[in-house]
Amino acid sequence: MAGVAVSTTINGDNVEFLCQPDETLLDVLRDRLGLTGAKEGCGTGDCGACSIILDDRLVCSCLVLGAEAEGRHLETIEGMAHGDRLHPLQQKFLEHAALQCGVCTPGFLMAAKDLLAKNPDPTEEEIRFGLAGNLCRCTGYDKIVRAVQDAASVMKQA
Amino acid sequence: MRYIRPLSIEDAAGLLADSAGTAAILAGGSDLLVRMKGGFIEPDLIVDIKAIDGLGEIRETAEGFSIGAAVPCAVLGENTALQKAWPGVVEAAKLIGSKQVQGRCTIVGNLCNASPAADSVPALVAAGAKAVVVGPRTRRTIAVEAVPTGPGKTSLAKGEIIEAILLDKRLPRSGDAYLRFIPRTEMDIAVVSAGVNLTLDEQGRVKSARLALGAVAPTVVLVEEAAEVLIGSKLDEATLERLAKVCSGACRPIDDKRGTIEFRRKVAGVLARRAATTAYARAGGK
Repeated sequence: MAGVAVSTTINGDNVEFLCQPDETLLDVLRDRLGLTGAKEGCGTGDCGACSIILDDRLVCSCLVLGAEAEGRHLETIEGMAHGDRLHPLQQKFLEHAALQCGVCTPGFLMAAKDLLAKNPDPTEEEIRFGLAGNLCRCTGYDKIVRAVQDAASVMKQA
Repeated sequence: MRYIRPLSIEDAAGLLADSAGTAAILAGGSDLLVRMKGGFIEPDLIVDIKAIDGLGEIRETAEGFSIGAAVPCAVLGENTALQKAWPGVVEAAKLIGSKQVQGRCTIVGNLCNASPAADSVPALVAAGAKAVVVGPRTRRTIAVEAVPTGPGKTSLAKGEIIEAILLDKRLPRSGDAYLRFIPRTEMDIAVVSAGVNLTLDEQGRVKSARLALGAVAPTVVLVEEAAEVLIGSKLDEATLERLAKVCSGACRPIDDKRGTIEFRRKVAGVLARRAATTAYARAGGK
């Protein structure tokens, strides 16, 4: 079966790939492009572990076809740090121990980045609602919320 | 399987009409990809409608609003004119799924997925919304409630696509509201839901009303008797009690893990009166 040829932009780089028509963007990222930061938790859009930003919208990459990436702009967790310099959200997740096993963390970071881009000064309730599409079975969420609050205050001063 | 992204609605309808096997329309994919993943559907053809001109837009016209089939629900919430005119429709659309799903899911998808518990559908039916249905050589406009015919089933023929949802221009002194019951604070499927749309006269009496219930029958229920109860009233206590009774009586629910028949009947009445009260206040009633 011939593949679909896709030309897209990922973290600012032009990327071309071939994929099967029924292949999800998550599978393309992980299995064809070696971008394994996005995780498959449920594969049905419930857990948010595969969250990426597609043309300024937070989406579950498991609910997007690879073919749909044609001509779009994607941001993944791999584009969040600049070299060794962590994004304030990543730094605060470490400082607040806002992770244990880490499987949900890339998704939480992308969702938090999208949240703060649209609402730089969210209330605790807005953070909890904004991150409701991301499941974490380790932390109980409180440390994640604190980390996002702290990152928001750091980012406002920057 | 083939994936095609046509540039016109006629081409999209033609592809669907001519397809030999199973064909599926892809807009947000939040139902389709889940069904593919679960093995419930194996399409031979996927027609992605997002590149079709105009389908990704909300247009404000002299007649009202036209919401394209590929507009994600998040965009409805960001449109201040739509939010102001039809707050009930927007609050229903915004209840569907998480932030991640909101960026993809559409009200046309919600309608065509034909779940009895679809959140946007009772609000659209209460609003008197219409669907523009395009086939390879046909174009017709039908009431939203004529689309779902049962769980997972619609009245659309092979090759037909809903291009847009139309909402009327708002009359003065009008308001709508949508409420659902779920056992948690968000991210759940409606156990019962109610959408209400009211227009008042200059004295604050209800001049016209539409009320629709969700998740209490195989399809959304437009409760015409509820409109009769509301019209002419100022939503006094006796009216609201009669409204609740009529709405409970209009339910044909099932028992399932999310709620019993008795519970759904009772809650339908409660939600109907609460949604009516909110719609009345939004219409400026006191």
